[in-house]
Amino acid sequence: MENEKYLKDISEIKNMMNRSSRFISLSGLSGVFAGCYAILGAIAARFIISDSIDHNYDYDATASEYINSELVQELFLIAIAVLVLAIGTAIFLTTRKAKKNELKIWDSTSKRLVINFFAPLAAGGLFCLVLLQYGIIGLIAPCLLIFYGLALIHASKYTFADLKGLGYSNLILGLLATQFIGFGLYFWAVGFGLFHIIYGIWMHNKYDRKNAE
Amino acid sequence: MKNIISNINKAFDHRIRLGIMSVLMVNDHADFKTLKELLGATDGNIASHTKALEKQKYIIVEKSFIDRKPNTRYIASDKGRKAFQEHLDALEKLLNSKNELNN
Repeated sequence: MENEKYLKDISEIKNMMNRSSRFISLSGLSGVFAGCYAILGAIAARFIISDSIDHNYDYDATASEYINSELVQELFLIAIAVLVLAIGTAIFLTTRKAKKNELKIWDSTSKRLVINFFAPLAAGGLFCLVLLQYGIIGLIAPCLLIFYGLALIHASKYTFADLKGLGYSNLILGLLATQFIGFGLYFWAVGFGLFHIIYGIWMHNKYDRKNAE
Repeated sequence: MKNIISNINKAFDHRIRLGIMSVLMVNDHADFKTLKELLGATDGNIASHTKALEKQKYIIVEKSFIDRKPNTRYIASDKGRKAFQEHLDALEKLLNSKNELNN
């Protein structure tokens, strides 16, 4: 009898520690969607790039020509579209999950998660713009993967700890990508696409499906 | 056996007080409203249990005004952290020893 009471105490302690410090409404399915958008984006980018090489792609273009070229603008638009779709879906699905579990979507835990995720990522984004400024185009793709991985590792303290695995995978992939410059798009498709899908399915099975039953 | 039980802290022998300490162990601070929402307790309930913990000097109470509204926030003291950790260790030992007896 007493044993049961103490066991209940311990599970209550664990529950409170988690609920008060970690945001647990993050939806696993949104990872799958983000991954699909990323792969579609990569395919679209691939077509645009091979198109422009067929036509009039100038290999000796200088940095400013790169930045101003139509190609970079189109790629930039694709990247923004993928980002907006992925974040939009994540917000929608996470809000739905929070409502279902009768938890608040915007409380101190979600605020902390957002700040701690976007701070390293924003630094990475700015750094990549600097790379673009100096025309170091080849390092942009690996660099963003590395910063994204670091942001995930950092954010994992404020939500499911499983996020750390995805973070390290992207970090290692980013470092690998530095040795294969020119294949950035494929590394992105793996990191932002494939990894997200695998992670999303894993999270969905582990947390969401069990709760739905 | 007696030794183990003596480490079980009576101050934490209640769901709400246990909850308050758990929240404050992993957060720098928590305000009244947060505690209330997390623990699903009434105003009076939280007030009396925080008072009990404050009396033991396990938590520190800070009162301030945010936008002219009174805001109370709670912080676990070093003494409280130590006591809670000992309580957890005692619970763990107790459960382990009972499991051994059962086997």
